[in-house]
Amino acid sequence: MLGNEAFARGLYEAGCRVVSSYPGTPSTEITEEIAKYEEVYAEWAPNEKVAMETAFGASIAGARSFCGMKHVGLNVAADPLYTAAYTGVNAGMVIAVADDQGMHSSQNEQDSRHHAIASKVPMVEPSDSAECKDFVKLAFELSERFDAPFIVRTSTRVAHSQSAVEVEPRADIPLKEYVKTPAKYVMMPAYAKARHVFVEDRMAKLREYAETTPLNRVELSGKAEFGVITSGAAYQYVKEALGDKASVLKLGLVNPLPAKLIRDFAAKYAKVYVVEELDGIIEEHCRNIGVTNVEGKAIFGNIGEISQSVVAEKLLGVKKDYATLDEAIPVRPPVMCAGCPHRGLFYCLKKLGVTVLGDIGCYTLGAAAPLQAMDTTICMGASISGLHGFNKARGAEAERRSVAVIGDSTFMHSGMTGLVNVAYNASNSTTIILDNSITGMTGHQQNPTTGKNLKGDPAAAVDLVALCKAIGIKRVRVTDPYKLAETEAAIKEELAADEPSVIISRRPCALLKYVKHNAPVKVDTAKCVGCKMCMKLGCPAISMKEGRAHIDHTLCVGCGICQEQCKIGAIK
Amino acid sequence: METKAIMIVGVGGQGSLLASRLLGNVLLAQGYDVKVSEVHGMSQRGGSVVTYVKYGDKVYSPVIEKGEADAVISFELLEAARSLPFLKKGGKLITSTQQIDPMPVITGAAKYPEDLEAKLKAAGVELVAVDALSLAEQAGTAKASNVVLMGVLASRMDYPEELWQKALEQCVPAKFLDLNRKAFELGRNAAK
Repeated sequence: MLGNEAFARGLYEAGCRVVSSYPGTPSTEITEEIAKYEEVYAEWAPNEKVAMETAFGASIAGARSFCGMKHVGLNVAADPLYTAAYTGVNAGMVIAVADDQGMHSSQNEQDSRHHAIASKVPMVEPSDSAECKDFVKLAFELSERFDAPFIVRTSTRVAHSQSAVEVEPRADIPLKEYVKTPAKYVMMPAYAKARHVFVEDRMAKLREYAETTPLNRVELSGKAEFGVITSGAAYQYVKEALGDKASVLKLGLVNPLPAKLIRDFAAKYAKVYVVEELDGIIEEHCRNIGVTNVEGKAIFGNIGEISQSVVAEKLLGVKKDYATLDEAIPVRPPVMCAGCPHRGLFYCLKKLGVTVLGDIGCYTLGAAAPLQAMDTTICMGASISGLHGFNKARGAEAERRSVAVIGDSTFMHSGMTGLVNVAYNASNSTTIILDNSITGMTGHQQNPTTGKNLKGDPAAAVDLVALCKAIGIKRVRVTDPYKLAETEAAIKEELAADEPSVIISRRPCALLKYVKHNAPVKVDTAKCVGCKMCMKLGCPAISMKEGRAHIDHTLCVGCGICQEQCKIGAIK
Repeated sequence: METKAIMIVGVGGQGSLLASRLLGNVLLAQGYDVKVSEVHGMSQRGGSVVTYVKYGDKVYSPVIEKGEADAVISFELLEAARSLPFLKKGGKLITSTQQIDPMPVITGAAKYPEDLEAKLKAAGVELVAVDALSLAEQAGTAKASNVVLMGVLASRMDYPEELWQKALEQCVPAKFLDLNRKAFELGRNAAK
């Protein structure tokens, strides 16, 4: 079972009733999997803050609830998190946060444990699929016992690895009674002051619990030369690399951390290594509680993933032997798919030489060669608000040659508020919404603009044109990115206009099952002059063979933009 | 048994997911502890895709590092070359001879290396190169190259045929089963 699938199974078995999440690699499949269980209500929320508040509301109402997100999603949901820490829960509430050590599919590699520490919310960290399921179930129990939401932290290697899991039946957990309790749930200063006292007291109790919880365990080896303290995926690397050469303290509860357990373990060995990915949180804790024979970040650093090879090399001095080729192997970066509706739009942006403030999604690939039509990518929604600031700083000169590009799902997530700012505080900004009718990058999730919900049932669809108009943008138009001339003209006109405008570049993702493709197009090699105009589109189906363009018929979906691009009509 | 490691590599969209599921099911049926790991998200968009399959009495790390793979199954020649350092000395490299230009080659910023098969052989690995694309087309669709290569792998592993057939039934929709059985058979007989 995939870690995320096991996570979902844990939710199911724990009697979870309400799930609300926003997709984000590597957390997405938890919610897709839980949606397959009829007993559980599950939805995609417009963003992580809404998802967490929904789960929080369900918990207060007496239902075990869950929300899932990636590490950067927790930043968006940080606001409810830090105060839900004060109110605590009624029925158990579990939050998944999936970190992406190594940045396989993320814009940063922040360590989410900092959020747990800062918000004083307890956090557990499984290290394989079976633990995903077990820890989730225990987290619900502990959530109710300690009156706290619980965070379960995973990582790419835990979320996206499959290992054996034993399934059990779903627990019959009835709805808890809802009793109006303003002193617990209305966080105005008078009540919140009392709750802060509760939070500190709860942390003290959790610290005590950390000393004896089965989540933390010591694996002693008679042959051990040193001790290792570790957690999460790093535990697997340690076990594989060191076997019985080390005794291991495996921490499953990573906030709060135990003190006596660590002191006793560390006292057994002259040297103890802390093997943890990203920041040295466990190591620092060791030093804070007076354990001085530890070493960690000085050896392993705090960037990227650790692995069994790294552990073996750093702690045992063992290096693996392998063959290499002298040849330079060209990289194979991800690219926009053949027929991707974003390609036409980005080609026009590149041709016009405008400044492009980008956003998070497949279209971030517009930054790659040969299109290279993106200047910034920061976080969800930052394109529109960033453009507003860019234009306020540089005035009319910038307004006429800069745009924001943002996907439909990202616009719903946090782009709307930026557009409100453009309208309200009047910057003459041009926003392009890339409406491909799906959340693409994370693997085709529905969103509020698609007319379908998580379960695939019909749902209310946001009318983007009406929404932008309601926000106060008068110039709103829809274009088809498969039509290059039309798209280019629209961008030019809206940049020249004396008021803010929105272009909705609309065409469904070419990978969607319902999208009917045209027959692949072919190059007439007798006509082709090898001018490479078609190559400028950066389509993976087009290459040069013997001085002439060649189109791979297994990739081409007949979108036709290369036909429009070919001025001599050599593509049929 | 000591943990064994098999890497499946290719280009996004070539069907490595089905291949790893097939292999995983066969290994589970053999009674091994199995871990299968892949990276989703951005890499799927036509980039290099890598799946790790590890099995044995007890598997810890789901990832395969340089010098650790007993075998690499590659759907594309350049990806086979890229994965070479992951093989143990003397490991098996089973690859399709299919070549797909990556974007830097398409744009002219880099060259697709020549004579990769010969160079890989010279690097001291056991190379099995198969025209999986043609065999898949012979079976009925170019998309079945993944199953052709699993057939090649099966011919190099000592597991009963019925386990593979059962795994095919579990992993392939019924309407494509015959086609995939044929692709598997063509692969199994391709490189004896």
